[in-house]
Amino acid sequence: MLSELFSGRLWGILVDSFWKILLPGLTMTIPLTVIAFSIAMVIAIVVALVQFANIRILKQLARFYIWIARGTPLLVQLFVVFYGLPKIGLVLDPFPSAVIVFSLNEGAYSAEIIRAALESVPKGQLEAGYCVGMNYLQIIRRIILPQAMRTAFPPLSNSLIAMVKDTSLAANITVTEMFMVTQRIVARTYEPLALYIEVGLVYLLFSTVLTKLQSFGERKLNAHQKTEG
Amino acid sequence: MLELHHIQKAFGDLRVLRDVNLKVDAGDVIAILGPSGSGKTTLLRCLNFLEHADQGELLFDGKQYDLAHISKKEIAAIRRKTGFVFQNYNLFLNKTALENVTEGLIVARKMPKAEAIAAGKRALDKVGLSDRYDYYPVQLSGGQQQRVAIARAIVTDPEIIYFDEPTSALDPELTGEVLSVMRDLANEGRTMLVVTHETGFARNVSNKVIFMENGVIVEEGDSQSFFANPKEARTRQFLQLVSGEDTV
Repeated sequence: MLSELFSGRLWGILVDSFWKILLPGLTMTIPLTVIAFSIAMVIAIVVALVQFANIRILKQLARFYIWIARGTPLLVQLFVVFYGLPKIGLVLDPFPSAVIVFSLNEGAYSAEIIRAALESVPKGQLEAGYCVGMNYLQIIRRIILPQAMRTAFPPLSNSLIAMVKDTSLAANITVTEMFMVTQRIVARTYEPLALYIEVGLVYLLFSTVLTKLQSFGERKLNAHQKTEG
Repeated sequence: MLELHHIQKAFGDLRVLRDVNLKVDAGDVIAILGPSGSGKTTLLRCLNFLEHADQGELLFDGKQYDLAHISKKEIAAIRRKTGFVFQNYNLFLNKTALENVTEGLIVARKMPKAEAIAAGKRALDKVGLSDRYDYYPVQLSGGQQQRVAIARAIVTDPEIIYFDEPTSALDPELTGEVLSVMRDLANEGRTMLVVTHETGFARNVSNKVIFMENGVIVEEGDSQSFFANPKEARTRQFLQLVSGEDTV
């Protein structure tokens, strides 16, 4: 096996396929993650805020949405949107389908993270805001949400890393991302062990970059918030 | 300038305020003393609508308000003319000392930024923090944080400032710096309502003292005679208990 690895053929396949795998990583996996996660953040903040502010009907809608999105498998959600919706005349391309499903799914999880972070902000912050004459929305936007987002940053980074890996599920709805490309190379070369490890390493590379970005971000966020020494 | 009539407030079955009446004249510095659970903090919080009184009437700034049916707009108008200093400071944790002070000016009162910053710096200078403009609350001591909170309360030039046990969360060696800032404000003629355990402050700085227990005002008077000749037996008992805590 080892000698085979360094035999010209397998090595050639691995080197050759590395770029073939990395390319859809850059053109599919990363755009899918960035777009879906950005939309998810907008959904999450809105869904967390309507619950935090206790707006009756919207809060119930938010709970219902979270219940569905968290309670069903991501893969099933992908299939419903891509293979199911055409039944009722809603035909979507693979990439937009994946964006919709990933943002709605991630939005639900992140909403819970942000809601918990909002609730962890001391109640006195709101009271102090009222006492200097601000209204509820001003206090939320300028005082409470910024503090909550700082608290939520590490768990949200965690979700982002998880999403990078979960985008491999999009292969099931014909998005030609890294995993699908790898499957095709395997079908042609019959080297499943080496190639699936290789694609795993590319995901690891992406996650590692994000982990580094996370610790950089945390240092930035905390730099002026921590006591010296 | 401020009058309260028949304030009542209950938390469930617990009646925290039972018919409290109060009159504050401009320039008054009134200390509210009383044991824990007497309702003094709740009274202060009702005055700024951090709690909503069940009943009562407020006369403030020439207007009369029914506390049971007060509108959000009226609450906002009253709050803009008052300052509030909390026991645990409640500085905005994501804002610097200067931003804490200017926030209410820029956001709530739409003051031009440059003007607000100038006013904010003046307020911080006044409480002795001219070298701490850009510090975040976590970088300041408790006494410094409370002084920022006082600067935040006075920067809007309020008609009255409420202090809710402003030194109770501080180490003894830090209470002095906060009390001396408060004494300066009193000497300027600011109207202040101070819930406190500092009998020294009540005796030497305030001109009137109120003693509360079980949701009612037991005794009130000018601070001289209050300490020299307390009328009620309960007041004498209380003063005996807390004597020896004088720091100012």
